[in-house]
Amino acid sequence: MTTYLLYGGTLFLFAISYIKDKEKTKIALKKGWKSFENVMPQFLGIIFIIGLMLAVLKPEVISSLIGGNSGFLGVAASAVVGSITMMPTFVAFPVADMLLKNGAGYPQIAALVSTLTMVGVVTFTMETKYIGKRAALYRNLLAFLYAFIVAFIIGKAMGVGA
Amino acid sequence: MKRLIKRYSFFLYALLAAVAITALNREIGFKTFALAGASFKQMLAVLPPIMLLLGLMDVWIPREKMIKYMGDNSGLIGIFLAILIGSIAAGPMYAAFPFTAVLLRKGVKFSNIITFMGAWCVTKIPTVMFELAALGYRFTFVRLLINIPGIIIMGLMVQWLLKEEQLREIYSSAEGME
Repeated sequence: MTTYLLYGGTLFLFAISYIKDKEKTKIALKKGWKSFENVMPQFLGIIFIIGLMLAVLKPEVISSLIGGNSGFLGVAASAVVGSITMMPTFVAFPVADMLLKNGAGYPQIAALVSTLTMVGVVTFTMETKYIGKRAALYRNLLAFLYAFIVAFIIGKAMGVGA
Repeated sequence: MKRLIKRYSFFLYALLAAVAITALNREIGFKTFALAGASFKQMLAVLPPIMLLLGLMDVWIPREKMIKYMGDNSGLIGIFLAILIGSIAAGPMYAAFPFTAVLLRKGVKFSNIITFMGAWCVTKIPTVMFELAALGYRFTFVRLLINIPGIIIMGLMVQWLLKEEQLREIYSSAEGME
């Protein structure tokens, strides 16, 4: 659905752009292709690393690490796992749900989801290419620390009546 | 050809490693290839149109407009726009990186760029839908409530942590990047 919308919308906008200005549209096409190709060399390598990680790290393994009684250590473990793993979101949330059903705690899952989406160790070198080493480091570090705050508050919120 | 091999060397090593692992352990190897294939498919579903839209944005939106609405003096509007653009996005985190290059070139304030990246990760609408379905409205709502101020604070903090000249360097290196 999203895909059709995206492709359709892009096609539509390009048609308008082409009617308004041929030259500009050609430049836009070139620029678009260039940014796409720029992502590829790293992306193609990264998907194999992620694939391997997910193939080795089975849900049962993760579940046993971050059970409901694992406390702060469990939260820390989830944050670390979430930082080094990268999952497409449509995989991440069902996995999170499955982990919850297998006995993982809410704070641990919150830390996992938070770092899965915001902290990227495998994509770090890619990120530094765009915003520099220092800014990328600060951003990932802050997002990592913030995951603990999210875990704490979600734990409190879900503890009541959940 | 040689340049192409060098450019894609990381990919080639990863591919070789995956083949080697398949020779050692069939199950893990096949799973790795299947998962990599799924990631690739997911990428094809969103990345090409996003990059093309990025090209259009680069060509059609003038720098002055971007500076006015998202630059150093854009205040709350800049933050609001950063979150809005990040939320309507689709695609994984790495798809946001080329966007940052364009935003940098257009003179968008650095804190807004970091907030945009944060929004891309946590308030993206398609993702939130998945989350609602998988983890329930209570979890999702509380997480958004903590994350929205969080990504704003993170943006401001990253900018605050960087020195003036480091920021200048980031902006000037984005100039040379397509």
